[in-house]
Amino acid sequence: MNDTKKKELAVAALKNGTVIDHIPSDSLFKVVDLLGIKSIDNSVTIGFNLDSKKYGKKGIIKVADVTFPDTTLNRIAIIAPHAVINIIKDYEVVEKHKVTLADNIYGIVKCSNPKCITNNEPMRTHFHVIDHENVVLKCHYCERTEVKDKITLK
Amino acid sequence: MNNVSLVSISDLSKEEILELLETARKFEENPNQRLLEGKVAATLFFEPSTRTRLSFETAVNRLGGRVIGFSDASTTSSSKGETMHDTIRMVANYADVIIMRHHLEGAARYASEFSPVPIINAGDGANQHPSQTMLDLYSIYKTQGTLENLTVTMVGDLKYGRTVHSLLMAMYHFKPKFNFIACKELQMPNEYKVFCDEHGIEYHESTDFSEEIINESDILYMTRVQRERFTDLMEYERVKDLYNLHNAMLDNSKENLRILHPLPRVNEIAYDVDSNPKAYYFQQAQNGLYAREAIICKVLGIEVK
Repeated sequence: MNDTKKKELAVAALKNGTVIDHIPSDSLFKVVDLLGIKSIDNSVTIGFNLDSKKYGKKGIIKVADVTFPDTTLNRIAIIAPHAVINIIKDYEVVEKHKVTLADNIYGIVKCSNPKCITNNEPMRTHFHVIDHENVVLKCHYCERTEVKDKITLK
Repeated sequence: MNNVSLVSISDLSKEEILELLETARKFEENPNQRLLEGKVAATLFFEPSTRTRLSFETAVNRLGGRVIGFSDASTTSSSKGETMHDTIRMVANYADVIIMRHHLEGAARYASEFSPVPIINAGDGANQHPSQTMLDLYSIYKTQGTLENLTVTMVGDLKYGRTVHSLLMAMYHFKPKFNFIACKELQMPNEYKVFCDEHGIEYHESTDFSEEIINESDILYMTRVQRERFTDLMEYERVKDLYNLHNAMLDNSKENLRILHPLPRVNEIAYDVDSNPKAYYFQQAQNGLYAREAIICKVLGIEVK
């Protein structure tokens, strides 16, 4: 009982807003970048290297008074495919779901192939998700495959 | 914008491949047909490739069309910093079809997304070169009478050779059996072996270019082992002659065996093979003309009788 209470207190409770939980620690700051949190004025709590049964160490992000559009949240799936979104209203979780990885990803992933046209022309990148479980992407243009750990965001 | 561009061999269904082969056969019977009368084709070679350009331009000329274009991007506004996008948009105002080669991978796919006229990919870096694959398929079809159930042995640089990768992808429609013969550095990449596994294609891998393998083959597809592919030059010296073909090695080969090579060759096929009736690499290059005539007509929606 004591343990649970301590865990709950590790990150401050939220009255209204969005909690993104189950982010692997090594992806946490990429998720922060992806959501553009650095440039918002709302209060944000970031938990880093918290104990997790699933991952050993996890990260958590709590953003007060903001609900992100689904398209933004689903981008997280590229680097944290098991992240869970909680929508909080008046201290209660009113909605809870996992992020979902779309079949096509436009514009946010950078192709690792320096000879790919996307790295040489002013254009939007486009990747096909060829393996949702392991997050394997294939560049629509140069056809090179990117695996999860090697994915870089633009 | 348009869905008739030819960017990758995997854009084509089995039926479309067979249709193209049939059209190529008609062009072999009669290569000079004025089907492109009044039409202009642009050959945009951002990267030089004399062989491919001449083959495409001959195809357009034999179809009665006109050609504009460049054979080296250093003489164009690309050298002034113009994007490829703008170059293509500009040329699309003048031409009915754009045949392009570019050193960047994915260039033709991108162009096909915004070009108002069809794009034919004449090679994009190490990625795709579908007209080469079509001429390989046509050569196989013509010499074997079929594409089905053939044993195809690929030799040399299987790691970087895009022609072998595209041929493998195209042959999957036709229940082939493959032998992959290469040294450790230049073996067939894993993704293509996975592709074979997923599609139930039988393959056998070996570092040994043995007569036993030659003797069971219907097609021997030779490629050049390039020195610059090696990090260890000692290793290059050790393997460079292991994958060379000499006439004596063909003594007990099948009657229908044909030797293909995308050319240019260096040492990998000895000159004594040239006079063997099983040597087919020069006719193979000639088949490129018919295959390209067929491709040009297909993307322009021209029916060939």
